[in-house]
Amino acid sequence: MAEFSLPANSKVGKGKSVKADGATNTKNFSVYRWNPDDGENPRMDTFEVDMDNCGPMVLDALIKIKNEMDSTVTFRRSCREGVCGSCAMNIDGKNGLACTTAIEDVKGDVSITPLPHMEVVKDLVPNMSNFYAQYASIKPWMRTQSPTPEEERLQSPEDRKKLDGLYECILCACCSTSCPSYWWNGDKYLGPAILLQAYRWLIDSRDETTGERLDELEDPFRLYRCHTIMNCSNACPKGLNPAKAIAETKKMMVERKY
Amino acid sequence: MAKAKRPLSPHLQVYRWGAHMAVSILHRATGSALAVGSILLAWWLVAMATGHDYFNTVQGYAGSALGRIVLFGLTFALMQHLASGIRHLYMDAGKLYDLKVNTLSAKATFVVSIVLTIVIWVAAYKVMGVL
Repeated sequence: MAEFSLPANSKVGKGKSVKADGATNTKNFSVYRWNPDDGENPRMDTFEVDMDNCGPMVLDALIKIKNEMDSTVTFRRSCREGVCGSCAMNIDGKNGLACTTAIEDVKGDVSITPLPHMEVVKDLVPNMSNFYAQYASIKPWMRTQSPTPEEERLQSPEDRKKLDGLYECILCACCSTSCPSYWWNGDKYLGPAILLQAYRWLIDSRDETTGERLDELEDPFRLYRCHTIMNCSNACPKGLNPAKAIAETKKMMVERKY
Repeated sequence: MAKAKRPLSPHLQVYRWGAHMAVSILHRATGSALAVGSILLAWWLVAMATGHDYFNTVQGYAGSALGRIVLFGLTFALMQHLASGIRHLYMDAGKLYDLKVNTLSAKATFVVSIVLTIVIWVAAYKVMGVL
């Protein structure tokens, strides 16, 4: 049964407030904090950031906060250009990458929490182990049965085109952690990101295990917990459509029976 | 040192609702309401079979202010469930996945259900000769 409220140890309290001295053009960033070492509940710390001396993206503000206001603020980031997927978090109630979300697109204060319904390791860092294990479970590589040819396995331009809108996924988990079905059944339901990847291999003309892949998804939970809520496609920072990929997978399930 | 048990990050508490999310949850809520409504319908039919006096009593409940509010709510629930059900039918067939079209279709279910609910009640009151 879905647990709609947060457990007692996860209730979020009010934290400290840090001012930007002498700045005239400021914006408040409310950041989720949880320290595994102090035994206290999570809290929201508010940082007043000097916008005259800050880059345009939410990640710029977070790095500025860490550099200048509180060096203990913890988050993942790497490429700072929407390629690596490390800085996925919930910004102003919507999942996205901090590095590609413009501060000016958020009206009023900027509220930042970790990816939703995840176990928090520290501050904005969620535990991604289950997500990666689910990714491994779909065997995300080309599986073949025919003898290995002398040269590459060829693919027509038309068949290659079918991978567009799928191969661009960076596995940031913005979609999966935006999905209420994944919130309630994340242990058994694969979630939009992994199902988009599963479909990426289902329609790859070079993969020869389409039937087995469909068998592996034919389960009340793994695939069919998708109720087309559409939070995933609305959250994807790369503009992909996991819900559409899942719908196509469900169609493949039906089509192979008739 | 023993580490504290890791908390669960906020989900429903922080996630911003869109029409697509609202229509999906309303589909469940209205479905549940209609399940209760079908029990009321069964009660009404049993009353009809029981006899004139008991049927009149139940009709009295249904026609009371509270009864009408419940029936109005059930009418809306049925129309909303119908509209979002048709939207689900299209989505099961792989349609309506373009984000703009999808959001528009979600909003359309609200317009359709509200208009149909009002039309049904106006028609009912016309038949009763009240309007």
